[in-house]
Amino acid sequence: MNAFAMSILKTVGLYLLVAIIIVVSVFPFYYAIITSLKTGTALFEVDYWITSFNFQNYWDVLQSGEFPRNILNSIFISAVTVALSLLLAVTASFALARVRFRGRALLLMTILAVSMFPQIAVLAGLFELIRYIGLYNTPWALILSYTIFTLPFTVWVLTTFMRDLPIEIEEAAIVDGATPWQIISKVFMPLMWPALVTTGLLAFIGAWNEFLFALTFTVSNSERTVPVAIGLLSGASAYETPWGIIMAASVIVTIPLIILVLIFQRKIVAGLTAGGVKG
Amino acid sequence: MKSAYSELEAQRIRAAMWFLLPMIAALMLVAAYPLLRSIYFSFTDTSLSNLYGGQWVGFENYFSWKTLPSGRTIFKGTLVDPAWWNAVWNTIRFAVVSVFFETVFGLMVALVLNANFYGRGIVRAAILIPWAIPTIVSAKLWAWMLNDQFGIINDILLNLGIISQKIAWTANPDTSMFAVLIVDIWKTTPFMALLCLAGLQMVPRDMYEAAKIDGINPIKVFFKVTLPLIRPALMVAIIFRTLDALRIFDLVYVLTPNSSSTKTMSVISRENLIEFDKFAYGSAQSTLLFLMIALFVILYIWLGKLNLSGDKQ
Amino acid sequence: MRLMFKQTLALGTLVTTLLAASVAQAVEINIVLGSVGKDVEVLKELIKPWEKETGNTLNVVPMPSSATDQFAQYRLWLAAGNADVDVYQTDVIWAPQLSDQLLDLTDAAKDIVKEHFPSIIESQTVNGKLIALPIFTDAPALYYRKDLLEKHGASVPKTWAELTETAKKIQDAERAAGSKDLWGYVWQGNAYEGLTCNALEWVKSHGGGQVIEADGTISINNDKAAAALEQAKTWVNSISPEGVLSYKEEEARGVWQTGNAVFMRNWPYAYSLGSADESPIKGKFDVAPLPSAGEGTSSAATLGGWNVAVSKYSKNPEAAISLVKFLASAPSQKQRALLSSQLPTVMALYDDEDIKAQQPLIPRWKDVFLQAVPRPSAPTKSKYNEVSSKFWSAVHDTLSGKGSAKENLEVLEAELTDLKGNAW
Repeated sequence: MNAFAMSILKTVGLYLLVAIIIVVSVFPFYYAIITSLKTGTALFEVDYWITSFNFQNYWDVLQSGEFPRNILNSIFISAVTVALSLLLAVTASFALARVRFRGRALLLMTILAVSMFPQIAVLAGLFELIRYIGLYNTPWALILSYTIFTLPFTVWVLTTFMRDLPIEIEEAAIVDGATPWQIISKVFMPLMWPALVTTGLLAFIGAWNEFLFALTFTVSNSERTVPVAIGLLSGASAYETPWGIIMAASVIVTIPLIILVLIFQRKIVAGLTAGGVKG
Repeated sequence: MKSAYSELEAQRIRAAMWFLLPMIAALMLVAAYPLLRSIYFSFTDTSLSNLYGGQWVGFENYFSWKTLPSGRTIFKGTLVDPAWWNAVWNTIRFAVVSVFFETVFGLMVALVLNANFYGRGIVRAAILIPWAIPTIVSAKLWAWMLNDQFGIINDILLNLGIISQKIAWTANPDTSMFAVLIVDIWKTTPFMALLCLAGLQMVPRDMYEAAKIDGINPIKVFFKVTLPLIRPALMVAIIFRTLDALRIFDLVYVLTPNSSSTKTMSVISRENLIEFDKFAYGSAQSTLLFLMIALFVILYIWLGKLNLSGDKQ
Repeated sequence: MRLMFKQTLALGTLVTTLLAASVAQAVEINIVLGSVGKDVEVLKELIKPWEKETGNTLNVVPMPSSATDQFAQYRLWLAAGNADVDVYQTDVIWAPQLSDQLLDLTDAAKDIVKEHFPSIIESQTVNGKLIALPIFTDAPALYYRKDLLEKHGASVPKTWAELTETAKKIQDAERAAGSKDLWGYVWQGNAYEGLTCNALEWVKSHGGGQVIEADGTISINNDKAAAALEQAKTWVNSISPEGVLSYKEEEARGVWQTGNAVFMRNWPYAYSLGSADESPIKGKFDVAPLPSAGEGTSSAATLGGWNVAVSKYSKNPEAAISLVKFLASAPSQKQRALLSSQLPTVMALYDDEDIKAQQPLIPRWKDVFLQAVPRPSAPTKSKYNEVSSKFWSAVHDTLSGKGSAKENLEVLEAELTDLKGNAW
């Protein structure tokens, strides 16, 4: 075989692989969209292409029940969780990244360990705590409990980010007699925006997707977050598991995430690798 | 001069302590306290309906024995509970198999993405989709695709002639673990791929060029050059994923609830904590899971000799 | 005002008297229930008179239909002392496990308990406390397709062997004729409470006892029980789809109601849904008692049924009590029977002319439910859930080929003995 044929074969092979990767990645979501546009008995026929454009399921999801409310809950809880975590993490990561003190390595290790806690290990204690403070079945129960995984994550990623900033930028400020707080707010914050956006976004996705705590700490339909609402979606339909409605709800909550992820894809990749590889 | 410098240093350290305090307080409240309470509960006979009435029972929830009047000795506790060990093996099997395939597929995808071709951006965007979909949604999505009567997976396989009869993926104990694995691998391979890609991009291009000029077989290049170079990055990714896999809950809970062939440690602990009114017993199981993961983390830090202090070598 | 009420229907009078204690301002009551079929719609329809008379509103918190999943959540919420749910719809077997956190209704309901079957009231009484009022009772039926049986000259099966044979015959013939998706028999084989009900029926009808007897002895490890499970195992993948091992009530009904099953085991609610106007099988089916194992054995139906209970943590206990009394009352039960063919617990309703005319199933089902087998929730007390979970796991393993019935039941017996300890 000559070199030319070989290189053609290689190219074909590569594109074949590319095609497989794209199909496998996208197909399930595409299929959810197809299903969500079907109603009645059409649901139970397998189709590979969009056969009908019936938005009844979307209408049902948004109209009946509390689904819009669930979406607002999820947005509120995730946003507040992220805001609180970032607030606490910015100052903490400055201390961890730029100040040398005894026990720093141990503290960082502990934070890393907390991010690896199995949720179930704290479930019993958190349940008691939340019940005791009286936060049960309120958004604050989830905001409090989500801090357990968003805070270590944000601290960790921001610390790795700050550590890599050159020492010179700080030196000038120190010479000018700036206090540590001024150094953070005047010198670091402007540089950290990209990192904050990335970390915030990843923490947001983590909080948005969380299920176990949300299932355990909420009761009423109006307090549920989106994953719990979808997990517990029981049909008003008299015939079958309401797949059309479940798929419509799934598409509704996934599209914004996909858009966010696509917009910020480069930053997300950077953030993921900072959280993982540089550790 | 020197004293002024150390004065400044001391001031920085004081400020640092104040900066750290809110975060430490928050973690104490949401992580340390609940964890210690859970561990404490595991040594009592607390029940869900009587959270504060638990009596200290020592290791009874973990392991205890009693000799009956008949002379027969019976053993009790999680450590002799077959259901618990079943869950342990399920979890380990799940973790090993899923992480293995995620790594292999992730590497493959990363190698493809690292190649130069037209439309690379589209692929990168496409693989982010499974990752962006909430776990619950992907569980539902796949539950629908794997539905025995109306699912598209059975339809495809039937049309291709791979199977002759519709398979009840999530109902059959032989395939239910397989179903959970498919969904997890589908969802998490992108994460692996991105981490591997980051590792690959740190490999200097000229290394490949040199290998190419020398006419070395690309597969050999991969194993002799690429793999050793990205090994550190890969190891970290694998460990992160393994820790995640060990605590899996939501996917199993939605896809195959109550099936003993997929029940994992998290699922069984929750079942005991809440469904069976064995709050303390469930706490013991969650404590064991915590210990297992802690052991793994310690091993990882020790083996990986992680540079945690942040000092530049 | 009072005069006007007295002139309205029986329903109206009932409501006024119920509310004598709690006139005052209108409140919102939250009720949580697992939704099967049209449950939520029916409930919303049912409580309209109550809402109108009291000015209170009812907010429904729907849950998935699996009784097992519901129970875990309810237990958790009650343990959390949650005040956001006032009324829980509870399964007949939950009473002993939740009794501490539910209000005692003995006094509130003393005027109406006599209308109900004493055995049902007793099942909801724990240590002298009446903790829930029944809204309907349940005993499963064998649903069969009249048209298909007639077409193939088969009679309604009296024994499990006949059922197996008839189902196989019709399934094979119909499939050959082109109905590829037709199955002989669908039931509830998922690993959850429903499988406990199904398996209890097989075992009991084979003369294999009821897992744990009323006196607390563990009887499940016997040859008859093993034979019953082995028989059920032969159905999977022959007359029942393999997926039946993941079916709950609604999945089985999904197959049945699209016309894809000859037989189905299900609760009475499926009767009215199947007879609805848009149902493809309307008028083509009927029900019979479940089969027995042959001579010397009798059919067994697991006793089901749902109740309503008031949370101890409710902020509006009076309004909540008035609601549960309203839901348990004869007029409400009658309307529920008419709307969704659920069996009343009020004795007099079995002679009601409207019910006889519109839901002929109900009067026929009185004897079936009177003889129904209770699940062993009374002897096992707070350990019932675990007992049931171990039982259904053993059955599910057997059905899916993980070990033989004999082996699994032997292990089950050992596990139950451990669980029992000195006493239940």
